[in-house]
Amino acid sequence: MTALLVVAVITGFVGAVVVPVLPVRLRVLATSSVLIGDALAALVVAVHVLTTGRALGVSTHAVFLGSGVALRIDPLGAFFVVLTSLVVIAVAVYEIGYSSTHPMTRTAAGALCTFAGAMLSVPVAWNVTGFLFFWEIMAASSLALILTDYRRGAPVRSAALWYAVLTQAGAALVMIALVVMAVSSRSQGFTVIARHLPSLSPGLRTTVFLLTFAGFASKAGAVPLHVWLPKAHAESPSPVSALMSAAMVNLGIYGVIRVGLEWFHGGTVWWWVLVLALGGLSAIYGSIHAATNTDLKRLLAYSTIDNVGLIFMALGTAGILLSIGHIGLADLALFAALLHITSHSLFKGTLFLSAGSLQFSTGTRDLDLMGGLLTRVPFASSVFALGSMAIMALPPLSGFVSEWFLLQSLLHGMDASSPVTTVALPLSVAALALTGGLTAAAFVKVLGVGLLGVPRSAYARDAKEPPVSMNLAAGLLAMLSVVIGFAPMVLVGSLTRVVRSALNDASPVRVHGTALEILGSRGVVDPTMIAVALVVALVLVASARRLLDRGRVTRRAVWGFGRLTQSSRMTYTATAFAEPLQRVFDDVLRPNHDLDVSHHGESRYFVESARFRSSADDAFERLVYRPLIRMVRALADRVRFVQNGSVHWYLGYGLAALVVLLLMVR
Amino acid sequence: MVETCGLVALAPLVIGLMRTVRCRIEGRVGPPVYQPWRDIRKLLTKRRSRPQSASVVFALAPVVLAATTLVVIVLVPVVTTSPVLATGSDLFAVVFLLLLGSVVMALAALDTGSAIGGMGASRIMVVVALTEPALLVAILALAAPVKSSSLSVIVTGTLAHPGWVASPQRLLSFAAFVIVILAESGRMPVDNPATHLELTMMNEALILEYAGPDLALVSLAESLRFSVLVVLLANFFAPWGIARSMSPVPVLIAGLALIVKIGAIAVAIGAGEVVSAKLRLFRVPELLAGAFTLSVLAVLSALVIA
Repeated sequence: MTALLVVAVITGFVGAVVVPVLPVRLRVLATSSVLIGDALAALVVAVHVLTTGRALGVSTHAVFLGSGVALRIDPLGAFFVVLTSLVVIAVAVYEIGYSSTHPMTRTAAGALCTFAGAMLSVPVAWNVTGFLFFWEIMAASSLALILTDYRRGAPVRSAALWYAVLTQAGAALVMIALVVMAVSSRSQGFTVIARHLPSLSPGLRTTVFLLTFAGFASKAGAVPLHVWLPKAHAESPSPVSALMSAAMVNLGIYGVIRVGLEWFHGGTVWWWVLVLALGGLSAIYGSIHAATNTDLKRLLAYSTIDNVGLIFMALGTAGILLSIGHIGLADLALFAALLHITSHSLFKGTLFLSAGSLQFSTGTRDLDLMGGLLTRVPFASSVFALGSMAIMALPPLSGFVSEWFLLQSLLHGMDASSPVTTVALPLSVAALALTGGLTAAAFVKVLGVGLLGVPRSAYARDAKEPPVSMNLAAGLLAMLSVVIGFAPMVLVGSLTRVVRSALNDASPVRVHGTALEILGSRGVVDPTMIAVALVVALVLVASARRLLDRGRVTRRAVWGFGRLTQSSRMTYTATAFAEPLQRVFDDVLRPNHDLDVSHHGESRYFVESARFRSSADDAFERLVYRPLIRMVRALADRVRFVQNGSVHWYLGYGLAALVVLLLMVR
Repeated sequence: MVETCGLVALAPLVIGLMRTVRCRIEGRVGPPVYQPWRDIRKLLTKRRSRPQSASVVFALAPVVLAATTLVVIVLVPVVTTSPVLATGSDLFAVVFLLLLGSVVMALAALDTGSAIGGMGASRIMVVVALTEPALLVAILALAAPVKSSSLSVIVTGTLAHPGWVASPQRLLSFAAFVIVILAESGRMPVDNPATHLELTMMNEALILEYAGPDLALVSLAESLRFSVLVVLLANFFAPWGIARSMSPVPVLIAGLALIVKIGAIAVAIGAGEVVSAKLRLFRVPELLAGAFTLSVLAVLSALVIA
């Protein structure tokens, strides 16, 4: 097994060297095989660790990187490896069809292998050097992948730039924190670091926690560090969006669990209140944007922010409960978070991959130009609909189960009856509920306007069927979502082992028949039974209707206020659908409206043409980042005189720096 | 089984009763209470007709709506404290099942490709999105004292502590629940079920394109959904009379008590509709924010008192 672990870590990187030199025809197949091989190796090891609950370790001293890379896979790491490898396998299958129209460049092939390899290695890295090495490789290769379509110009470049800056800033913060920990524990192995954390001074502990949290939150895309996410997810090719949204974002969450919950084992209450508050903010902010956006991929990206927010809310709850000494309740919150991470990876992977298929079919990602796709591309549309139902937390799909546990963890967290939980948890339930409602609005919009109704443009009318492999890949992830919705008990064993390894405590949930019971309370749910009851009721009602109505269905035109003709221009668009919500959340979104009316030459009472545009850019970008960028620019202008082009001055700087250094190390 | 069939038989009568009450107060005679059943029977004899652009979603939506409502009935304690499917009897599960019904109906409206359907769907989703926080927090206020969101636990808890019914958290969450039920089932002041003007419709706009047997199923399912919400309201806030065992006498008493309670609530809602005016769509969020505030206060008082 340890050998297989090394194989899983190395395959991606070796593949990245081999794949780019292959000819175009072989490249795609080779890339997919490398991805699948790597993911399968990782999957086998990770499933082994999850089922036995025992960690595996290997140290590769002096193999590369001077001080060596230690690898160790424990249940927490294995959990994230399993999710990543499932998404990687789906993307590998998807690429076979996707590259038939989007030829895979050498860079893209190499970067894809590197990215997958790095993502599978981050959760198993067990020392500072190894972690930072894989973390940086992951950042760099994903940046290269975002730039795949660089020829499309400004939006792609801007997305890449935002991503590069925010992810590097985050990595720098993580690096500082890890180095501080390594120096104070005089070791760079994670085991020793974790053991030494309690001996740190309170101020240093807070600093370390805040630095790691900020760094990992920028990778996870939590507000206010989310600005890169909608841009990068929308502008990169769909398989890359799926990898980032369903796998990479998770690793930010992994960092928070590893450092905050496992190593610090809670810590101070206000840290976690901060995590909870930012989580709630991300959830609401992301879902408002998702509900009002009309660009399919931006909408999905905002819903990723929303789901990361929900997960952070659960982690914040777990942290609060741990730090006030209610470990049993914290277990449940972490369990809920893990379940939602699983569920999110599956349905978001499904959604991004099938959104890519729909974009492939229609050639657009603007919902206002879609419509009637369910009858034109039935498979991709149905898979997309399944993913949407899961994200709306509708039974009988995985989202329902995970959202139920999120709610239960908040409800039971109130048993702690401390002032913090009494105020924070009911508000969290409200945030969760509002998010749920807005997500439902967002995805009713996508399904109803994008997939149902009448086609609104030639793009939708002439939609073509995507290749089989693309359908297969998206369907694979959707199937898993359905399986978890019907039989969530298959996960309980593994997830409780993860909780135990992270928090060192007994398991919070027990399987009883098909029901899932929350231990120490009367909380019980039986998703299997609800799912079966729903299916039975559907069959009953459908057969009753069969018995009662006779005759064939006649087709007629819809009621059009007495007008004779009804064109697709008269149907509701996504913009129109979102308008009431946009108006309700005006203060948050602050949309820019733009109305051009050109009047007739003869009289200004006649309108010749009217054009209305409404866009809601990111408020954080406008209110926080733009002023920050302006400030940095102004500062840079101030110090520009230093760089005056004279060699003499530059030599002088060198001398001054040397003198200062000598004085410091004296 | 008997319980479910009884509720199905009763549901259209509840709607009929509300209409009759409204007519009587307005000084009209009005149709008989069983008129909704007659309408359903009439619709069943009509031919099936569907819009040209409608896909399979439009045809399946009424079935899904009816199925989710039926599942809710077997999860909810109706005449006995232990529902048919006891282990799944969870309030959050009920909320998500009801959400499934709303979502599917909104999708069916968009599926017709008519402007009115889109308008109705868009407005309904605003109401759904903003009702959800008030609803879930009101549930929390009920669930917090018994430390469980299980429906039968909440109901038996209330029976064991009759004083809870008059406690501030119960009264506050009762107010929030009433607003939520009115919004969920498209009654005044959120929506006017008797409107004939397309532009003011919400719920009616969703089902405008349904005709014949499809419409019969939709209206049966919608009345059933309303009745289940009323049953929930009755059993949470006035559970007396509900049977604790399956023996025939208590069950019979419970059934009669329940009919009286449903009737009283229906009369109250019907009378309320006469004196209230429909709110503008953009005032509805204020109403729902009010309901949300009430339910947050309910939870806080529940936790502080505990």
